[in-house]
Amino acid sequence: MKILVPVKRVVDYNVKVRPLPDQSDVDLNNVKMSVNPFCEIAVEEAVRLKEKGVATEIIVVTVGQSDSQEQLRACLALGADRAILVETQSLLEPLAIAKCLVNVVHNENPDLIILGKQAIDGDNNQTGQMLASLLDYPQATFASELEIADNQAIVTREIDGGLQTIKVNLPAVVTTDLRLNEPRYASLPNIMQAKKKTLDIMNVEDMSVDINNRLQTLSVVLPEERQAGVMVESVTELVDKLKNEAKVLS
Amino acid sequence: MNILVIAEHDNNELKSSTLNTITAAHKLSADIDVLVAGSELAEVSKQAAAIENIKSVISVDDPIYKNFLAEDFGNLVASMGDQYSYILAPATTFGKNFLPRVAAKLDVQQISDIISIESEDTFKRPIYAGSCIATVKSSDPIKVISVRTTAFDAANVTDAEVSIESKDSQNSMGNATFVKDELAESDRPELTAAEIIVSGGRALGSSENFQIIESLADKLGAAVGASRAAVDAGYVPNDYQVGQTGKIVAPSLYIAVGISGAIQHLAGMKDSKVIVAINKDEDAPIFQVADYGLVGDLFEAIPELTDSI
Ligand SMILES: Cc1cc2nc3c(=O)[nH]c(=O)nc-3n(C[C@H](O)[C@H](O)[C@H](O)COP(=O)(O)OP(=O)(O)OC[C@H]3O[C@@H](n4cnc5c(N)ncnc54)[C@H](O)[C@@H]3O)c2cc1C
Ligand SMILES: Nc1ncnc2c1ncn2[C@@H]1O[C@H](COP(=O)(O)O)[C@@H](O)[C@H]1O
Repeated sequence: MKILVPVKRVVDYNVKVRPLPDQSDVDLNNVKMSVNPFCEIAVEEAVRLKEKGVATEIIVVTVGQSDSQEQLRACLALGADRAILVETQSLLEPLAIAKCLVNVVHNENPDLIILGKQAIDGDNNQTGQMLASLLDYPQATFASELEIADNQAIVTREIDGGLQTIKVNLPAVVTTDLRLNEPRYASLPNIMQAKKKTLDIMNVEDMSVDINNRLQTLSVVLPEERQAGVMVESVTELVDKLKNEAKVLS
Repeated sequence: MNILVIAEHDNNELKSSTLNTITAAHKLSADIDVLVAGSELAEVSKQAAAIENIKSVISVDDPIYKNFLAEDFGNLVASMGDQYSYILAPATTFGKNFLPRVAAKLDVQQISDIISIESEDTFKRPIYAGSCIATVKSSDPIKVISVRTTAFDAANVTDAEVSIESKDSQNSMGNATFVKDELAESDRPELTAAEIIVSGGRALGSSENFQIIESLADKLGAAVGASRAAVDAGYVPNDYQVGQTGKIVAPSLYIAVGISGAIQHLAGMKDSKVIVAINKDEDAPIFQVADYGLVGDLFEAIPELTDSI
């Protein structure tokens, strides 16, 4: 079984992001970049399926600029077998990214595609669902458990009310939630080995997909800050303030 | 400029997220149809028909939609797409699951999680866990939008009822099967609709200890929330998680107990009206957003608080 894992290079989750002075976008100068955490979970799940003998090959792919090779290498060090960079200079939207991924799927014919549920930069939560839709594949989003049996994926999903289990026929798209697994750290020997693995580069322009953005960002600003509050000395004082000042308790 | 709002429900009851989405829709146009798709819908369709400010309800009643599986549900909504200028759904796990499938089928770029409507094509949405707010303008002919429910009040429900029109279902793709739901049974209010929320973090240390949070919540008639750390550690179920990648809440009172205040947690609760933080570390970032902060050991403060209200 072949697994394709689309991953995204994003600002590290520890970085406090700020707008550029001209408010045209966020300031990405000299900030630490990482593999999107949900994508790391996706790679880890693929690696576990390979370790269990369910998967035979794991391909990671990203649509992005040349520097995304760094994140692809990181995924190779976690256990992916080879990588594909679909190179573009522009910052694409989920629909365009999904269209590029459709091309990769047609070339590679994976049985399973595992994506993150959400990239923590744009917080869009769209790409996996769009990819499944364009391919007319079934999907299992927000997965917290994944099992492969009888050419189906049995997936437990984290939904607002609790958990849901569904079965989808392969080939299928699965997107990861936080509880699916805890990704490993790459060992030094694996990092060294990853440098020798294959990383193919394709160009978006060669794919004949419409990558024009449909959204124009007019401005990026800080949210309204909350007013600083007060510290109370005791539970009694807290209760008094909540009742008599904030009037949220009766 | 007509709008299709996709109702969220459980085949018995309309979810309040639908009402918030209607309010967002009404800022765009008064020409609003509400799609209620599911199974055995008579009651839910009636509830939808009583929402103020809508034009009609379209009901698609077929067992294939009973569990809202994204493939069939998405195809149904996409099949209606060319009759509308806007398609809106709540940005809950229900909406997030199928709506991007609709956008892809219609070849438009979805606008996720909007918090305000600036004009007919321009919207505000949080990015980077709410660290920044982006204003985006869409050039697509059909605007497919998910709505952050906490950013819009609930629409009113009236005595009057608009017409309910039945519509045929689409063929099922048959490539996904529902197995089971394990839904939390609770007498407490729902997290996203609660007036008061008490949330616990990693500091609680175990699910047994978490009961002091629950006792306080019960005394206050509050819902219970948690940080990711508390969920990951198994103290509470996943549906308690508040934050960037969990639930977005905005109650009148949010009490954060033993939660440090990571940006990913703040993303889910910083629009609460009054925030209380109880933490033994006076430098915990949660105090920067709290209206009232108490530095202390939660294992002393929480039982005392529970006793004194
Ligand atoms: C991709 C991604 C998505 C995420 N999504 C979310 C999300 O949606 N929601 C979310 O919450 N987090 C999310 N996180 C995790 C987030 O970054 C933090 O790790 C998490 O919120 C920390 O939880 P915590 O505050 O309970 O734990 P900690 O940060 O460990 O804080 C525990 C706090 O308890 C205090 N404390 C300890 N003992 C006591 C005591 N006896 N009395 C009083 N106080 C005490 C400590 O001083 C400390 O401040 C996400 C992270 C990533 C990478
Ligand atoms: N540029 C990209 N290249 C490859 N995969 C991506 C890209 N952007 C997003 N994805 C995948 O889609 C998931 C959801 O992203 P998003 O829809 O942007 O929230 C991510 O976790 C990735 O798995």
